Amino acid sequence: MEALIKKRIKQVLKGDQSAYGEIVEIYKDKVFQLCYRILGNRHEAEDMAQEAFIRAYINISSFNIDLKFSTWLYRIATNLCIDRIRKKKPDYYLDAEVSGTDGLTMYSQIASDSILPEDEIENLELQETIQREITKLPEKYRSVIVLKYIEELSLNEISEILDIPLGTVKTRIHRGREALRHQLRNV
Amino acid sequence: MKCPDNIVLYMHEYLDEEIDEHDEELLKKHLQTCPKCQSYFHELEKAIALVQSTSHIQAPSNFTENVMARLPKEKRRVSVNRWFRHHPLLTAASLFIILMTGSLLSTWNKDHEFSVTKQPNLVVHNNTVIVPEGEVIKGDITVRNGDLQIEGKVEGDVTVINGENYLASAGNVTGEIKEVNEVFEWIWYHVKKTSKELVSVFQDKD
Ligand SMILES: [Zn+2]
Repeated sequence: MEALIKKRIKQVLKGDQSAYGEIVEIYKDKVFQLCYRILGNRHEAEDMAQEAFIRAYINISSFNIDLKFSTWLYRIATNLCIDRIRKKKPDYYLDAEVSGTDGLTMYSQIASDSILPEDEIENLELQETIQREITKLPEKYRSVIVLKYIEELSLNEISEILDIPLGTVKTRIHRGREALRHQLRNV
Repeated sequence: MKCPDNIVLYMHEYLDEEIDEHDEELLKKHLQTCPKCQSYFHELEKAIALVQSTSHIQAPSNFTENVMARLPKEKRRVSVNRWFRHHPLLTAASLFIILMTGSLLSTWNKDHEFSVTKQPNLVVHNNTVIVPEGEVIKGDITVRNGDLQIEGKVEGDVTVINGENYLASAGNVTGEIKEVNEVFEWIWYHVKKTSKELVSVFQDKD
């Protein structure tokens, strides 16, 4: 896998843009999911995920080919999402409180079509609740929790992606878990 | 019953698989006897399970196409060359760069096609040069813009330019082994960067 990615990167470096399409195909779901779970909004997640791939492409010559490409890519994506949260803070929270995430709209659309059995609708509702609680976490806890429990990355890799010491990663995961324990215990 | 200090810390260390043996034993023993800590630990585990249960979501359709459409335009060598023809100053600048980087770059520019040193017994397949098993090549081999796969033996130097060199085992080449693609990529990258900057300078003046 990593060998294939490296081969594609070398092709991109030689000017073969189409080789980059294959890289995007391989990582698009992971990167989109990362952005969605951090931002809690599909449109923003799509914007940021696209932006991450474009920035990675533009800066690909600065990527150290001996390192893991996914770590580098996730780092770009996570930084973009964190910046987005910091810039958008005031109306972002208002948005989430009042109109709900657009995932909720998706839920009501599906529900109105009544294609899904009841337990699946319940499951969707539960998913909404969990995502809303993740989105309520302060940004620094949110990113570590998403990287650890949704992208299933090691503490070392998270430390590399966020460019923070391992000890800080651990502390943030502890605090994030504490907050989630509190928020989700009655679900 | 009094709960041990740090019991919550131990819970977290346990969840991160970072707990030491002694503390783990202490934690397990305590959880068996303390309903309060038991439910606290259970809540932590539940929160994790819930977060992990959020089903895997997929990127929207056309995601890749949308990304590809937004990438900066591919710098085709043809269009770069056209630029050079229409902009004598730029040609001078690029000439300067070529002189600076020595003859390497002109070699790269001229020999963009696949080529290999003529040696008997070499097998060429899809831009991959193969030294077949059991064969001994007496002399140097240079492969440009292709890969080299050595299964037999080479009595001489091996140079792979802008390609990859696969060795079946060490000691199959008596001479020096060189892969120079990185150098070329580096030079090419800097030429492209410099000419792009120059282009924007000229466009501003227009
Ligand atoms: Zn206790």
